[in-house]
Amino acid sequence: MKLSEVVHTLQAEVLCGEEWLDCEIDTICGADLMSDVLAFATGRTILLTGLTNIQVVRTAFLSDLVGIVFIRGKKPGADIIAMAAEKGIPLMATAYPMYEACGRLYFRQTQEPKRCGDQVERQSKNFARV
Amino acid sequence: MIKLKDNQKILLEFNLAGSAFDLAGEASSKIKRVLQQIGVATEVIRRIAISSYEAEMNVIIHACCGVMRAEIYPNRTEIQVEDQGPGIADIALAMQEGFSTAPDFVREMGFGAGMGLPNMVRCSDQFDIQSQIGKGTTVLMVINH
Ligand SMILES: Nc1ncnc2c1ncn2[C@@H]1O[C@H](COP(=O)(O)OP(=O)(O)O)[C@@H](O)[C@H]1O
Ligand SMILES: [Mg+2]
Repeated sequence: MKLSEVVHTLQAEVLCGEEWLDCEIDTICGADLMSDVLAFATGRTILLTGLTNIQVVRTAFLSDLVGIVFIRGKKPGADIIAMAAEKGIPLMATAYPMYEACGRLYFRQTQEPKRCGDQVERQSKNFARV
Repeated sequence: MIKLKDNQKILLEFNLAGSAFDLAGEASSKIKRVLQQIGVATEVIRRIAISSYEAEMNVIIHACCGVMRAEIYPNRTEIQVEDQGPGIADIALAMQEGFSTAPDFVREMGFGAGMGLPNMVRCSDQFDIQSQIGKGTTVLMVINH
């Protein structure tokens, strides 16, 4: 999934890093404990979090996260946005709470392609019967 | 990009102050930048950055002051973090996932999950911790490039 699809799915506002929205992501992590993020970080990961402090951006930089989505309408201060822009980390803000934000992304990432797959299978079965 | 020669090393040293939460991660970020400049592999840098960040955080959360030293060789990075904090009474207990004595305000900032020491062990190729009550704690980690 592309970062731009995350923005679309969560109707998110892009706070910085508009230029990286084309970047592909492969893992999504929802957490409010930075050590959990550090234990989890693999591949091209974005973080959904309710924390808006400077440590979130440092944690993202140190563990190579490719983006942060702040949930429940929270937004960090201008200094934190500037730091993320300087470190090359896109920041997004969504009004959805954690559960719903994760649910929407999970559905987008897993259910939708499967449904397409089902359809293809059904079609081919029909075809076989004919 | 700068390339380290066989007999060269880079030494970085940072003073850490307890409770300086706003600066937490700065020292580790500087180490990471240097590793990027000398062209160490991304996955290796991630492991070094995570282990040094957790060790740096522990001084800031649990101790009053300390020093973090990074020695970067062509084939490995050694991180040594030494503090003059309260020390750890039961190291085996402290090493368990989820064990934490961090106060609530630290947890509200997103730290104190009790995953720091386990994360360091997981990310490093060699890990050693020594601690004396009332004196302080020293963590040594080696990560091969
Ligand atoms: N440098 C240190 N000085 C004193 N105590 C420490 C130090 N590092 C770790 N500890 C003790 O070990 C526990 C576990 O550490 P850690 O796994 O990093 O989890 P956390 O920092 O999230 O509490 C800490 O809660 C603390 O009691
Ligand atoms: Mg810790």
